[in-house]
Amino acid sequence: MINKIVQSMADAMAGIKDGSTVLIGGFGAVGQPDELIEALIEQGAKDLTCVCNNAGTGRVGLAKLMELGRVRKIICSFPRSQGSVVFEELYRAGKLELEIVPQGTMAERMRAAGAGVPAFFTATSVGTILANGKEEREFNGRKYVMEHALKGDVALVEAWEGDRWGNLTYRASGRNFNPVMAMASDLTIAQVSHLRELGELVPENVHTPGIFVKRVIQVDRGPNWA
Amino acid sequence: MSGFDRKAMAARLAQDIPEGWIVNLGIGIPTMVGNYVPSEREVIFHSENGILGMGPAPAPDKVDPWLVNAGKQAVTLLPGGSYCHHADSFAMIRGGHIDLCVLGAFEVAQNGDIANWATSENDTAPAVGGAMDLGAGAKRLWVIMEHSTKDGRPKLVERCGYPLTTPGAVKRVYTNLGVFEIVADKGFVVVDLAPGVTLEEAQAATGATLHTQ
Repeated sequence: MINKIVQSMADAMAGIKDGSTVLIGGFGAVGQPDELIEALIEQGAKDLTCVCNNAGTGRVGLAKLMELGRVRKIICSFPRSQGSVVFEELYRAGKLELEIVPQGTMAERMRAAGAGVPAFFTATSVGTILANGKEEREFNGRKYVMEHALKGDVALVEAWEGDRWGNLTYRASGRNFNPVMAMASDLTIAQVSHLRELGELVPENVHTPGIFVKRVIQVDRGPNWA
Repeated sequence: MSGFDRKAMAARLAQDIPEGWIVNLGIGIPTMVGNYVPSEREVIFHSENGILGMGPAPAPDKVDPWLVNAGKQAVTLLPGGSYCHHADSFAMIRGGHIDLCVLGAFEVAQNGDIANWATSENDTAPAVGGAMDLGAGAKRLWVIMEHSTKDGRPKLVERCGYPLTTPGAVKRVYTNLGVFEIVADKGFVVVDLAPGVTLEEAQAATGATLHTQ
């Protein structure tokens, strides 16, 4: 029997190695797998490259992982936001490498990785400093820059429902980066608010088919997120 | 000289959005534009975090923590609205499916260049978000911003001093002093001036030539 549902955070995090590239879902707090990030802190992997739209806020979650010195590099579109104190301290002290990627390019680089596309051309960032050093080509009279696929060793995603085959659904704008990150990594771990029996999810409404997911764990996010 | 306040700027821009357009509003003054589209005019708002058909802020007791806009403020979904993931949401932007994007800016140049993401090449922590995707991908880009910086320097300029977001993308600029169209091989052309503002006053506050048609 295929059963991707794991019972403990230790089982969910098993095998994550030092030096991994970790894709972390969410747009701000929404769709961000807080409990999995806490479990990664507990698990101990270090020298990580984290890919996440924002660079954490306060001193919890991703910010805590960075403050503990476990993150070597962060790839994101919008690191500086209200409360991103840890990021700003580490970045100013030269203790954190930063790769700024336009938000759409970041999503597409992961979608490409998941789809087996090694690189692609986009008009985004043409004529700006973010295109420095990138191959440029003209198609139909317009300039484009080449961007490479962005693959993860691990993806931590948050979903609304999941089943033992790893099928997932998301709630409202909590979907954001989660489906593309699930596609783009070798080991996708999903925290879900609700476990469903196989066959209970409406097939037409599955957002991430189970093929992209390795482990599912149910978490109780409390009454605010019910 | 009196000019528009921010609400009047947003209302002035909203007047120019026709029925049926799909519109992405940036953070700040651009977000206010949504409040001034006449209710009988159907305009669909897109938010880059995966919302098409976004509605206004909810009543305080109706906030859904799962539903935020690109500025991470609570919003609603209108009947007919839908959610998608980030790659699809940016396919809408990068694939040229968005009729209009409205952004704020540090500077706009007379050739349509926009600078709105970093204040120097060695910015302590630059944050680009979706601005470069929107600048390059939307069918048209309008900017809404104050005409001058807080310390009185012009924001409409001959050439941007800050790092560019997108070259040659801006079609129109809405400021507290008026509305300015960017015309190829010409530059800023005055569409109209805010009540009480003269052409001389607007020109004095602008770092490039203002043309009158």
